[in-house]
Amino acid sequence: MKKRCALEGLKVVDFSWIFTGPMVTKYLGDHGAEVIKIESAVRPDGTRLMTPFAGGEMGLNRSGVYANYNASKYSMNLNLREARGEEVVKKLVKRADIVLETFGPGVMGRLGLDYDNLRQVKPDIIMLSMSMFGQYGPYANQPTFGQLLQATNGFVHLLGWPDRSPALPVAAYTDYIAPWYVLVALMAALDYRRRTGKGQYVDLAMQEASVHLASPVVMDYTVNGRIQNRMGNRNPGAAPHGVYPCKGRERWCAIAVFNDKEWQSLCKVMGNPEWTKSSKFDTLLHRTENIEELDKLIGAWTRSYTPEELMVKLQAVGVAAGVVQTGEDLVDHDPQLRHRRHFVEMEHAEMGKHLTERPPYRLSKTPSEPQRPFPSFGEHTEYVCKEILDMGDEEFAELIGAGVLA
Amino acid sequence: MPDDKEKPPMLDSYRILDLTDDRGSLCGKVLAELGADVVKVEPPGGDPSRNIGPYYHDTPDPQKSLNWFAFNMNKRGITLNIETKDGQEIFKRLAKNADFIIESFTPGYLNRLGLGYKDLSEINPRIIMTSITPYGQTGPYSRFNSPDLITMSMAGYVYICGDSDRPPVRFSSDQSYMQASIQAAGGTLIAHYYRELGGEGQHVDVSMQEAMAWTLCYAPHDWYLLKALHHTREGSRWKRFGVTYRLIWPCKDGYVCYRLLMAQPGANVMNEMIGSMNKEGLGLDMKGIDWGTMGFDQMSQENINHWEDQVGQYFLRHTKRELHEEAVRQRNVLQPVNTSKDIYESPQLAARDFWVELEHPELGESITYPGPYFKSTETAWQKGHRAPLIGEHNEEIYEKELGLSKEELSILKREKVI
Repeated sequence: MKKRCALEGLKVVDFSWIFTGPMVTKYLGDHGAEVIKIESAVRPDGTRLMTPFAGGEMGLNRSGVYANYNASKYSMNLNLREARGEEVVKKLVKRADIVLETFGPGVMGRLGLDYDNLRQVKPDIIMLSMSMFGQYGPYANQPTFGQLLQATNGFVHLLGWPDRSPALPVAAYTDYIAPWYVLVALMAALDYRRRTGKGQYVDLAMQEASVHLASPVVMDYTVNGRIQNRMGNRNPGAAPHGVYPCKGRERWCAIAVFNDKEWQSLCKVMGNPEWTKSSKFDTLLHRTENIEELDKLIGAWTRSYTPEELMVKLQAVGVAAGVVQTGEDLVDHDPQLRHRRHFVEMEHAEMGKHLTERPPYRLSKTPSEPQRPFPSFGEHTEYVCKEILDMGDEEFAELIGAGVLA
Repeated sequence: MPDDKEKPPMLDSYRILDLTDDRGSLCGKVLAELGADVVKVEPPGGDPSRNIGPYYHDTPDPQKSLNWFAFNMNKRGITLNIETKDGQEIFKRLAKNADFIIESFTPGYLNRLGLGYKDLSEINPRIIMTSITPYGQTGPYSRFNSPDLITMSMAGYVYICGDSDRPPVRFSSDQSYMQASIQAAGGTLIAHYYRELGGEGQHVDVSMQEAMAWTLCYAPHDWYLLKALHHTREGSRWKRFGVTYRLIWPCKDGYVCYRLLMAQPGANVMNEMIGSMNKEGLGLDMKGIDWGTMGFDQMSQENINHWEDQVGQYFLRHTKRELHEEAVRQRNVLQPVNTSKDIYESPQLAARDFWVELEHPELGESITYPGPYFKSTETAWQKGHRAPLIGEHNEEIYEKELGLSKEELSILKREKVI
C-alpha cells in the first residue's frame, strides 16, 4: 500500500520559474502536494532551455536541470495575457491553498492577479512573492540574476584567495538559500491559517534571506568594524585545513585538523616522518604560524595516494578528511548518497532517463521523494481543465481555439 | 497595514528543545523568529560552540561569541547534563510536553543515552525530532568526522570553485551547517503539517551533504546526461557555450559582477552603458552593434576578449558604488562585489528596515543583527531578544515549569547536572 504523504490534499498554483521558486514547489510536490505549474507558450520557463540536455540535443522537454527542479508537478500551458486566461487562473486559485510567484515586482498586478485580486476569489489564500530585493525599495526594480546577487550578498567576496580576485561560485549560490526560507515561510503561514483561518500575502526578498547565512561575518563588521576577507581554505581554528593534491588528474583530498590529538593521529598515518617532530608543528598555534610550510609538506605526502585511500585511512583514526568529489563521484560512486537514494533515476516519455534529487531529509513515516517525472510543456492542460476544473469539452476546445490554452 | 510590531508571528509558541551546536543552531533560530518557544539545552559550562569566533570586541569568552549570538537569538537557555541519570530523567520530563526536538549529535549518541527518537516517541508520540548531521543517521559515511570543509568537498561544491592553477576552495564561512539547518527547518514544518492534520510525530533525518548537493545546479546532471565534468575552475570567469566570459571585474575600489549580454535585460541596455563609455573615449567600436539580437553562439572568444578589455578599462576608472548606481539608473544588470561593510550600508536593506538592534544589558549596549527577510500583510518576523547566557533560564524552566524545589536544584547543580 502506498504510504500517505505529509502534504496530501495541499493545493498549490505555481507561477514561479527559473531556479528558485520551482525548487520550493518541487519539495511540496515530493511530499504529496498537488502543484499546478502555469507556463505559457509566450514565455516558457527559461530552465527548459538550459543545458545540459539529454543526448546534447536542445528541446523544451530535455533539460536536466528543469527535470530535477520540476518533478512531481503538473504543467499547464495558459496565456496569462488573455482576459479569459485570468478567469481560468481564478478558478484554480479558488480551490488552492498557496500561490507562489517569482516575477519582478508589479508583474502580477499588471496581469490582474495580485493579492488583492486573488483574495476576492479565495479570502484565506496564502500568496508569496519571492524577488531579488523585495517588492519595494530603491533597487527593487533593477533586473538581476542569481549569478550576480551572490556578489551583492558578500558570498563572492568570501570565495577564493586573499591575494587575488574573488572566484565565482559556478552555480548561483544565493539561488540556493532563499528557496528554503520560502518553504519555511509557506509552511508557517499554513500553520497560522490552520489556527486563525486567515491567509496572508508575503513579500520575501532573496537578498535579505541570504544575508542570514553569513551572519557572523556581517556582525564582525556591525560589532567590531572588521571587514572579513576570503582566505583560500584557511580556517583560524585549524591547521592543517586545506585541499591537497592526490594521485590522478584533478584529484584532491580535503583535510582538517582542529586539535593536537587529531594532529598526532595524522602524523601516525603519515608514518611519523622526521619533519612532524619539529617544534614548528607541535601545537595548533605553531602549526598556524607555519601554515604555508605545513601545507607544502602535507601536499608532498598526499600526492602518492588517491583521495579515496586518504579519506579511508584518516577517517579510520578520526581525522577529518574527504574526497573533493566531482559530479561523477556523486552520481556514480558515492556509497553514502546511494545508501540514502539521493539521486533518483526517472524515465520521461521524451527525455528518457534522467536524475531527480530528493530533499535532503528522510521523514520516518511519510515519503519524501519525487511522485512522478517532470511534466512536458503543457502536458496537463487538458487534465487540469477537465478533471480538476470540470470544464466541458466545448469550452475547452473554444479556449484552445482562442489561444488562451495550448 | 498595521505596524509590524503589532502583528503576530506565523507560528504558535511551540516548545522546541534545541540540543544542537553550531552545526544545527540556525534551524531553531529560524523557527524562533517565526514565534516558536525555543529552549536551548546546553551542557553545564555551555555549548562548546560558544567558543567559536568572532567575539564581541575580540574578547574570547563563551558569553561573547558573535557566532553564537547570531544563531541563538530569540531562544531561551538552560543547562543540563544529559549524560547523567538525573539529567536524562529531567530531559524526558521536558520532552513529554515539547512539540519538537532538534539535535546535531553524532548518529547513535542519543540512542545510547536512551534519548533517541524511539525512546522519546514512547513518552510523547506527537514529538517531531529533527537530526542534523553531515551524512544522515545511517550509511557508510554516517560516523565520519566532517567539519564544513570536508562536507563541502564531499558534496561536490569545492571541486567547482577556485582558480585553475590552485587547489579548489570553499567559502571562507561555514555554509554546509547553514544550508542543512535552514533546510531542516522546512522538513520539520512539513512533518508538523502532517501531525496537525491528524497524523503523528516522526523523525526528520537531515544530511548536510545532500543539502549542499542541492546547490550544485548543473554538475550531477552534466555528468549523468553528457558525461561532462567541470575540470577547470575558471576563477573570476564563467565557461558555458564553449567560450568564457568575465563575471568578476576589478574596478577602482574593489570588484563588480557583470557579464556581457547578461540575458535579454542586459543586452537591451548595453548601448546605454556603451554611451557612458564613449563619453570617456572607450568602447568606440562597440557603438551601434545590435546587442539585443546577438546570441551567445554568435560571439567568438576573440570578440569577447576585445569587448571585455574595453569594458574593463571603463570599470577601472569608477568605484563599485558609482557603477552600481549608474546600473540602477540604466536598468543594467550589474552588481557590486560587496563586503560586509557594503552590505551593512545598502540603501535597499535600509529602506526595508532590515537591520535590528538587540539589547545586551550585560555588555551595556545594543548589537546590530540581520533582521526580517519578509514582509507580510498579516504576520511579522519576531525581533525578540538576544541569545541566552549560560543557564539563564534554569529557574524559569526547572522551578516554575517542572516544579523542582530550590533544594533539588542546588543538589543538581552540585552534582553538575545543571
